[in-house]
Amino acid sequence: MLPIVWGKEPKLEFFFQYLVAGITYGTIYAIVAIGFNIIYNATGIINFAQGEFVMLGGMTAVTLNQFLPLPLAILGAVVITMIVGAVIEIVFIRWLHKPSVLRMVIITIGISILIRETALHIWGESVRALPYFTGSSTSSINLGGVYISSQILWVVGVGALAVAALSGFFNLTMLGRQMRACSANRDAARLCGIDAGNMVTLSFVLSAAIGAIGGAVVCPITYVQYDSGTPLAIKGFTVAILGGLGNSTAAVGAGMILGILESFSIWVLPTAYKEAISIAILLLILFVKPSGLFGSAEAARLKEF
Amino acid sequence: MRKSIGIILAALVMATLTVGAAGAAETLKIGAILSVTGPASFLGAPEAKTLEMLVAETNKKGGILGRKVELIVKDSGASPEKAFSFAKQLIEENKVFAIIGPSTSGETMKIKSVAEEGKTILMSCAAAEVIVNPVAKYVFKTPQRDRDAVIKIFQQMKKMKITRIGVLSSNTGFGNAGKAQIEKLAPAYGILILANEVYDKAASDLTAEVTKIKAANVQGIINWSIEPAQAIVIKNARQIGIKVPIFQSHGFGNIKYVQAAGAAAEGVLFPAGRLLVADVLPKNHPQKAVLVKYKKDYESRYKEEASTFGGHAYDAFIILEKGIEKANSTDKAAVRSAIEQLKGVVGTGGTFYFSPSDHNGLNVDAFEMLTVSKGKFAILKQK
Repeated sequence: MLPIVWGKEPKLEFFFQYLVAGITYGTIYAIVAIGFNIIYNATGIINFAQGEFVMLGGMTAVTLNQFLPLPLAILGAVVITMIVGAVIEIVFIRWLHKPSVLRMVIITIGISILIRETALHIWGESVRALPYFTGSSTSSINLGGVYISSQILWVVGVGALAVAALSGFFNLTMLGRQMRACSANRDAARLCGIDAGNMVTLSFVLSAAIGAIGGAVVCPITYVQYDSGTPLAIKGFTVAILGGLGNSTAAVGAGMILGILESFSIWVLPTAYKEAISIAILLLILFVKPSGLFGSAEAARLKEF
Repeated sequence: MRKSIGIILAALVMATLTVGAAGAAETLKIGAILSVTGPASFLGAPEAKTLEMLVAETNKKGGILGRKVELIVKDSGASPEKAFSFAKQLIEENKVFAIIGPSTSGETMKIKSVAEEGKTILMSCAAAEVIVNPVAKYVFKTPQRDRDAVIKIFQQMKKMKITRIGVLSSNTGFGNAGKAQIEKLAPAYGILILANEVYDKAASDLTAEVTKIKAANVQGIINWSIEPAQAIVIKNARQIGIKVPIFQSHGFGNIKYVQAAGAAAEGVLFPAGRLLVADVLPKNHPQKAVLVKYKKDYESRYKEEASTFGGHAYDAFIILEKGIEKANSTDKAAVRSAIEQLKGVVGTGGTFYFSPSDHNGLNVDAFEMLTVSKGKFAILKQK
């Protein structure tokens, strides 16, 4: 099952080391992609400020951690980012009546620039990081020659928990069902007495929350600065498309696929090609299967784009 | 955006003031293209602050040759395209006397020919050798050469008996230029490059890249980048159990990266100018007085730690000032050749000896080998 490695003896431990790296990338991408999906499901729009929620979560957690213990700092950061998400929806989105897709794209890009510049004003341009939740920046768990940083376990664990919680929320709770009803058919949902406007606000709050949680758990690994949201948003968007827009479980699968492909591409190709690989995959999917790997073509046709 | 609006406002205010003060000697316009925001903001922000400080100081003393200095700062956000249009604007519309910056090598290379054609002195604050080699008549640079940084590292490797190395670099002007120098100079020092990888400048995790280096079984690693990636590299390398010495470029000289990398930064080796260790330099060192003054002025004015990068702008400004004073005129061509004659100008980056063939004026002695010890920069003690 080992890939061909030209001119080098393939070693099992390196195979697993690349796999671990791939899973790390994949989980980070998936967390961002899920945020995209929540808002897409409720509104049919892509929120290009999703990366900024991740950045805000990380930045706020770092700031709060100066005078609060770590768990409280992260909780505080999540709450603050949720409030930001709600304010954004209420101020910029709520009053629009049936906005076009293009208009929404421009509005959310505008919001992302606004958040970024505000962050630059508040925090300046320097790089920040939370401490590792357990262990330190040099410690790792050694499993027969394969080294895993404890923070990666945190990222994977928190990511899995978030997906489980979200799927429970959407399938088991009344509120979650109401949100899904709004996404399936907003007018019919309204006729059933569901306040569609509030559901959209809620979707922004939820996606801000998942972004902020993600931002806080990954920032010991990736660091955070005022403009670190954009590259993450691009990767997250790629993964959301790859999995099929709106499908959060598929986003996890797609994130893993992209992360692992990127990581193994480094094994056999010069590392400079890593970014080219992810863009090539995105283009290929858009050409061959625009509904995403796990999406159905029929469902995709019903959406606005 | 916020800063550029501020700068535009400041420029407008200055413009009105200039009109108001008609009759007094005309101001000397100096442009600056710096990455005040964006991925290289840790270079551009202290550079812009340093220039503002120096210009205020100079104008308080009565300016240069009796003319007040007017500083026009343009924030390029590390984009070579923006730097290009700002350079055109500064030369053609603002008609500046000289341009200080850009902060990065990629931007500088993009506007090297613009400055040359516009016959406007360019004092680059970027590191790459290619900026001054081949020499362009109007283009100078103040940071130490990346070539000399590589030599300093290789000399250290020789002492440590390291011959097989892995090289990582980011896909930026700075990364590419450093990588080219490493490849060129390695054979002369008997060093074999077993792995040579380039990564994206926005990379957020580099575990796979360092795994590839680990598989090559090297005795030392050199990383050449200026982005947060340089802190991520050392962390990922230590996490996967790489124990060999890690060398960084002179771009590592920012304590914020050490803080971000935490324990992983301990023991990292890198060549740097002496600003970072100004306090512990011996009293009789020629740079001691300049370094301590700059550090004190900057830190008391801005309440943040001075970095070597701000020092590059400091050097650019004082060299320009010395050139104008030597030429005793503000004729661009006369000042340009006066700068070529400057010898022994003590700056923050070293003592400059310019010549018509050397537009940097520094050599390998401008570097000190530093390391990180208990979260602080320290001079490496040679065994």
